[in-house]
Amino acid sequence: MTKANFTVPDERGYFGDFGGRFVPETLITALEELNAAWVKYRQDADFQAELEGWLKEYCGRPTPLYRARKLEAALKIKEVYLKREDLAHTGAHKINNTIGQALLAVRMGKKRLIAETGAGQHGVATATAAALFGLSCEVYMGEKDIERQAMNVYRMELLGARVIPVSSGSRTLKDATNEAIRDWVTNVADTHYIIGSVVGPHPYPAMVRDFQRIIGVEARRQILAERKVLPDVVFACVGGGSNAIGIFHPFLEDEVKLIGVEAAGSGIASGAHSAPLSAGRPGVLHGSMSYLLQTEDGQIEEAHSISAGLDYPGVGPEHSFLKDQGRARYISVTDNEALEALRLLCRTEGIIPALESAHAVAGVMLEAAALKDKIVVINLSGRGDKDVATLANLEAGEGE
Amino acid sequence: MSRLAEKFAELKKNGRKGLITFITAGDPGLDATSDLVVALAEAGADVVELGVPFSDPLADGPTIQQASGRALAQGVTLKKILSTVKSLRRRTEIPLVLMSYYNPIFSYGLEKFVVDAAAVGVDGVIVPDLPLEESLSLRNLSAGKLAVVPLAAPTTADARLQEIVAAGSGFLYYVTVTGITGTRRSLPPELSASLDRVKKIAGGLPLAAGFGISTPEQARLVGRHSDAIIVGSALVEIISGSGTTAAGLEKLSKFVLSLRQSLDGLSGSE
Repeated sequence: MTKANFTVPDERGYFGDFGGRFVPETLITALEELNAAWVKYRQDADFQAELEGWLKEYCGRPTPLYRARKLEAALKIKEVYLKREDLAHTGAHKINNTIGQALLAVRMGKKRLIAETGAGQHGVATATAAALFGLSCEVYMGEKDIERQAMNVYRMELLGARVIPVSSGSRTLKDATNEAIRDWVTNVADTHYIIGSVVGPHPYPAMVRDFQRIIGVEARRQILAERKVLPDVVFACVGGGSNAIGIFHPFLEDEVKLIGVEAAGSGIASGAHSAPLSAGRPGVLHGSMSYLLQTEDGQIEEAHSISAGLDYPGVGPEHSFLKDQGRARYISVTDNEALEALRLLCRTEGIIPALESAHAVAGVMLEAAALKDKIVVINLSGRGDKDVATLANLEAGEGE
Repeated sequence: MSRLAEKFAELKKNGRKGLITFITAGDPGLDATSDLVVALAEAGADVVELGVPFSDPLADGPTIQQASGRALAQGVTLKKILSTVKSLRRRTEIPLVLMSYYNPIFSYGLEKFVVDAAAVGVDGVIVPDLPLEESLSLRNLSAGKLAVVPLAAPTTADARLQEIVAAGSGFLYYVTVTGITGTRRSLPPELSASLDRVKKIAGGLPLAAGFGISTPEQARLVGRHSDAIIVGSALVEIISGSGTTAAGLEKLSKFVLSLRQSLDGLSGSE
């Protein structure tokens, strides 16, 4: 594979042609302050020790790397390991980032956290960090997502956060992000905006990646300890792409194939999907240049996926960079393929994955023929409890 | 001299304050936009900003978001707006500035945009999500053809403001509030002092202030400390409420005239 320069981003937040800082002037000072704090504390021993402590004692890290022998047998693949982010506190990898950013916010003297959420996992993780560190918290969530992720709405409220319904546009993650940015523009003095993925203006994509790298750092160490070799392939689902970057990044310099799985919704050809890397072109949304679903005239198109967490027309700029470098490959699976994978994992391993994470499993199913003699790691980014209502509705024939 | 520079020179010479009016292009339709621009010019506007509708206007409040949505539902595109400007130029010479988020321009092609916009008679462009660091290409391509109007905010420090002013052209758009567009009952108490500070740094670049200005009183307050005021959401609200019937246009004209008179009341008082 080509050896590229992966010491990105540059100081302006560019991963090759992607990234940057496309935001209203009002936010520039706050982004500069955030960047300065991140640059300082990423190398600060006390900060890192405190973060490590919370990740270990509060979040339950390291999460296991579990060998899924029944899944191996079902898919006729030599070895399949699941990185069990579903076992992290709050049920997904999102907590790695929110604990890290909340610690930064406290050090920056911010009293209030805001967040956007799609599936609700990031909202719950933000509400959790806010409760833990005594900060007030408001979470923007699209009305459509509030309907399909009712349990997570209730969890956020239990944790003391206020969930603000967003009724504009597609009433999903994209519009929740617009509202969160508008809130931040208005309340920037006392508020920290915890972006939940590797998207947004610099330094968010790099900072969130740094907080999520722990997934790949652990997985790499665990597989070397158990197998004495690196895996052949790593799979992860990609919406904004934080769990994928988290597990990919520590393997970038290795001879390990990296495969990101986007949500093809009803199929790429149908136009109803959430696969900008597979079927979009570069543009600017929510503060950075990246692959994007957009019309010929540069209007952002609505994404479609059964998975609220992948239902987003953009993707983190580092993924766009890895795609163009050829360092990672991006494929897509449909709603139905993800559902099939979800059921397979339930029946073979007794694990109910989140619909998002089921896309990664479906990616492995899709490529199984080429993986017969391979060691495969799947990032099981979250658990599926939040999706049972959606699944039950589908079974009852009321699904979308 | 460009229409924009000429206008500001004329205002200065006559000791008058500028009135910049914003409407969303294509709301309620592009034919209506032409009539609205002419009506604004006749009622005393000095510059018209035409908002290019965008699906995700993250610096805008509900009023302009909804106007943007209505325009997009009509199938309005940047290309169609440029052709509207072309025909509009047979009716008015008022300076016209496009306000567009970056993606529609990027998607159109930066170079092609600058050439086409200048050719049809656009005088400048304001891109609310394109800060100094990201605007170099657009500024280079626009030199001598289009003004690239920079924005400054209450959160912008003096040193950065100097760089913004040095790179800017047309006028400096000072955002009066830390927030998004939309009418406000009151403006920040420190606004006068902020404007005086910004005016000093802006030097020869005319200072226009906008966001939240919706009454003649606010116009006077802001006009006293700037070269021009920018009014948007208040006009968009009138248009969405009264439409472009004769009565609607008259209501709009009356409101613009009230702002005009409020600003003209300041002439010669300093």
